Amino acid sequence: MPDYAIETQDLGRVYKIRGNKKESQLRKELVALEKVNLTVERGELYGLLGPNGAGKTTLIKILTTLLAPTSGWARVAAHDVIQAPNLVRPRINMVSGGESSGYGLLTVRENLWMFSQFYGMPSREANQRIVELLALVGLEDRIHTKSSDLSTGLRQKMNIVRGFLTDPEVLFLDEPTLGLDVGASRDVRKLIRGWLDADRKRTLLLTTHYMVEAEELCDRVAIINKGRVLACDTPANLKRDLQRDAIFEIETSPLNGLTNKMLADQPEVKKAALTHMDGGAKLELVLVDESALATVINILTQKNIKVLRFTKREPTLEDVFMERVGQRMEDVEKEELPNASK
Amino acid sequence: MQANESLALSVSEKVIGWRLFLKTILARAYPRIIGQQREKSWIFFEIFMPMLAVAAYVYVYRAIGAPEEYVGFVVVGGAMTAFWMNVLWSMSSQLYWEKEQGNLALYIMAPNSMMAVLLGMALGGLVATAMRAIAIIVLGTWMFQVQFTVTSFSQLLAVFFLAMTALYGMGMMSASLFLLLSREAWHISNLAQEPIYLVSGFYFPIKSFNFWVAAAASFIPLTLGLDAMRQLIFPSGALLGFLNVRVEITVLTILCIVFLIGAKFLLDYMEKLAIREGRITESRR
Repeated sequence: MPDYAIETQDLGRVYKIRGNKKESQLRKELVALEKVNLTVERGELYGLLGPNGAGKTTLIKILTTLLAPTSGWARVAAHDVIQAPNLVRPRINMVSGGESSGYGLLTVRENLWMFSQFYGMPSREANQRIVELLALVGLEDRIHTKSSDLSTGLRQKMNIVRGFLTDPEVLFLDEPTLGLDVGASRDVRKLIRGWLDADRKRTLLLTTHYMVEAEELCDRVAIINKGRVLACDTPANLKRDLQRDAIFEIETSPLNGLTNKMLADQPEVKKAALTHMDGGAKLELVLVDESALATVINILTQKNIKVLRFTKREPTLEDVFMERVGQRMEDVEKEELPNASK
Repeated sequence: MQANESLALSVSEKVIGWRLFLKTILARAYPRIIGQQREKSWIFFEIFMPMLAVAAYVYVYRAIGAPEEYVGFVVVGGAMTAFWMNVLWSMSSQLYWEKEQGNLALYIMAPNSMMAVLLGMALGGLVATAMRAIAIIVLGTWMFQVQFTVTSFSQLLAVFFLAMTALYGMGMMSASLFLLLSREAWHISNLAQEPIYLVSGFYFPIKSFNFWVAAAASFIPLTLGLDAMRQLIFPSGALLGFLNVRVEITVLTILCIVFLIGAKFLLDYMEKLAIREGRITESRR
């Protein structure tokens, strides 16, 4: 039997949501995960890419023994997460983006030491490792700072050190750069890659809704939406399928009533996304080939829309997502927001 | 050291079993024993403020000419109030706060025992609160010239440790219960505070109540603990005691067992529910 770091088979999770008093005792069902089949090799950096509410965190919770699936099974480090959580837990760790774990009155060193003790690390070794890892993330001068005095970015670096500290076989990072500025995000990504490259027996599963992060870091990426894995491959292979398509970005004057549907209805247009900007708009188009551009320009001319600039570009994971889901991730998240507040 | 070398280091050996259990207790006690002392406001809120309540009762008793032992009763009661406040606000509601902070999921996910986490909270709370209680006793004794006459040190120690074990056992049990009730738990804490001050006899002997009210109040371990301690440290304490000290020690022992088993049972139930429902480890922030 292959020794995978993570393996799932038909994994599913349905939440039962209680109605409020007016809705009496009616229970709604929310399908958070549906028939998820994944295999992650040891040494791999595997990315789950999807919008908010896609099911990424639910999947991580199941894999970290915090949540039971309602169907299927999952193994982490060769142990079943439900049948043998006590064998899984010493082998894993998890860090979530924007988490405020630990205690504000304790210093960075004390917080990290405390968490190391929950994994049974010898104190002396833990303290030595804390110093080394903090130096690595540039936090050595904050070792005696109370964690409540750290900025969001520094706090997240401390959290990532907490994840590395116990040297897990499989590390789960749930949106590790959420809320960080560009510089801090870059530092965190470098650190993640460095940790994995330092020992190829380590495995890392990362969830993100940042395309660049997935593209830059991951060996393989699974695109997940509405609880289903829609595609899974290396970023290069995922994009290769789109290489034969022509991808254009066109900046125009105001759209004068042009809708997404008017473009998408054209047989030569595979996908279209419109974004209104100050004094104009941006069209992102996936066309069957370059000659289809004439059809689009013709429509724009009929609507009296001026083309200000257009560029042809190589496919990105954003294009792959749009191709698989039919919408940009940003638009999926906008649609999910009103539902989430209901 | 090169960056990659630091990242490549692996942990030589991790302890498991009872050693992990002990490490977890000490690690979780640490924030309470060390961290909490850094917020100096505790000296005002947890020593000065309770001393005002103690002083108020002392002056009332002196004004009405109550026996001088009553002044001692009040000082000891004032010190023990600190433990009740700690259990009510820092033990019972603690798992809820841990959930809100995101710590609860990390505790459950780690290979440690959740019972060890709760014991660590209890030990840390007990040690930190003991410092406050001792300060109140010392200040109260000095200010109001309280005289203590200990009749049995061994019984006094037994009563104190049994009362504390039962009290913190109750706190551990209610921690899971409050987590299940989530935000509603605030109301229970508020509701429990003043009535329990009254029926536990913090500032007067519970013998003043009729037997059944005193017996019902004995469900709170501090009631019998305080009653037995007063009997053991004041000359006329035995006359004002509710039950014989030996009986109170027996009841406290039973309460210890019941509350600790209850805490383990509820904790297991909470953990199962957390994993099945997925709501309990989810912060609402």
